[in-house]
Amino acid sequence: MILTINGKEETVDGSDLTVTELLQAKAISMPDMVSVQLNGKILKRDTFDTAFVRANDHVNFLYFMGGG
Amino acid sequence: MTFSEEQIVRYSRHIILQNVGGKGQEKLLRSKVLVIGAGGLGSPISLYLAAAGVGTLGIADADRVDLSNLQRQILHFTPDVGNLKVESAREKLEQLNPDVNIRIYNQRVTADNIAELIRDYDFIVEGTDNFPSKFLVNDACVFYDKPFSQGGILRFDGQTMTHIPGSACYRCVFESPPPKGVVPSCSEAGVLGAVAGILGTIQAAETLKALLGVGELLVDKVLYINVLSMDFSTISIARNPECAVCGENPTITQLREYEQPACELEVPEAAR
Repeated sequence: MILTINGKEETVDGSDLTVTELLQAKAISMPDMVSVQLNGKILKRDTFDTAFVRANDHVNFLYFMGGG
Repeated sequence: MTFSEEQIVRYSRHIILQNVGGKGQEKLLRSKVLVIGAGGLGSPISLYLAAAGVGTLGIADADRVDLSNLQRQILHFTPDVGNLKVESAREKLEQLNPDVNIRIYNQRVTADNIAELIRDYDFIVEGTDNFPSKFLVNDACVFYDKPFSQGGILRFDGQTMTHIPGSACYRCVFESPPPKGVVPSCSEAGVLGAVAGILGTIQAAETLKALLGVGELLVDKVLYINVLSMDFSTISIARNPECAVCGENPTITQLREYEQPACELEVPEAAR
């Protein structure tokens, strides 16, 4: 399916993935260090296993950065 | 307020600048800004704010200058190693601009002291090196209606957002600090020194814009920079109704700190 991820159109294998599955498919090495925005809404972390990403959705990964 | 002849010369490039002018420079000279963290981000932030003539500049940090800081913390020089960062900061900033009233706080921000620390300031700049402080500064600024600029860096990346009362806050995006153990710190993962310079300078510019009331702030947006690709991108965000601090049913109703070792203080288990 085609998704827009951080502003760029990308093809991701599969359809109707959970957010957790998408994080795995995108090989996000530290999922604990990322917030996920799905179609404009920041998802609560405890919904990553139950929230679905569908074709043409807009997904943004927002990384935590703790340094200063 | 009348400018001295020295001030007219010192601030001439502001005074002739559209959107700043004499009135804007007066505003800056009357402004009070607190910079939390005098490290990689706090260095360019405080240098530019002092140079710009922000009248009162508070600097809060509990650390001493370490040799490993000098690769990016441009406020501190080699002879400062071992000295308190706030003392080193005051010395440089006073030399840069004697117009500025520098107030130093040799303390880490805590749930007990932060309300008192931020109370007197118009704008807060968060440039700390650890998540507990980042969340605490956010929560306190939301509670006490203080606008602030938040920033974080790691490796070749940086991230920043600006909050004004009513806009999305840090916690609207990041629910709570990542679990202990998964957080890569600058001391473990490294950071390109110049990233601190770029991101801190963006935070300084946001502060000046907020004080002057000009332009568009990074409000309801998060800016990400990556210097390897030299990509700058903004992600629009909205105030989160489920936010624990500014949402519809806030679960955080008083300030508290998360326990997590600070970036630079992380000590391997075996060395404790």
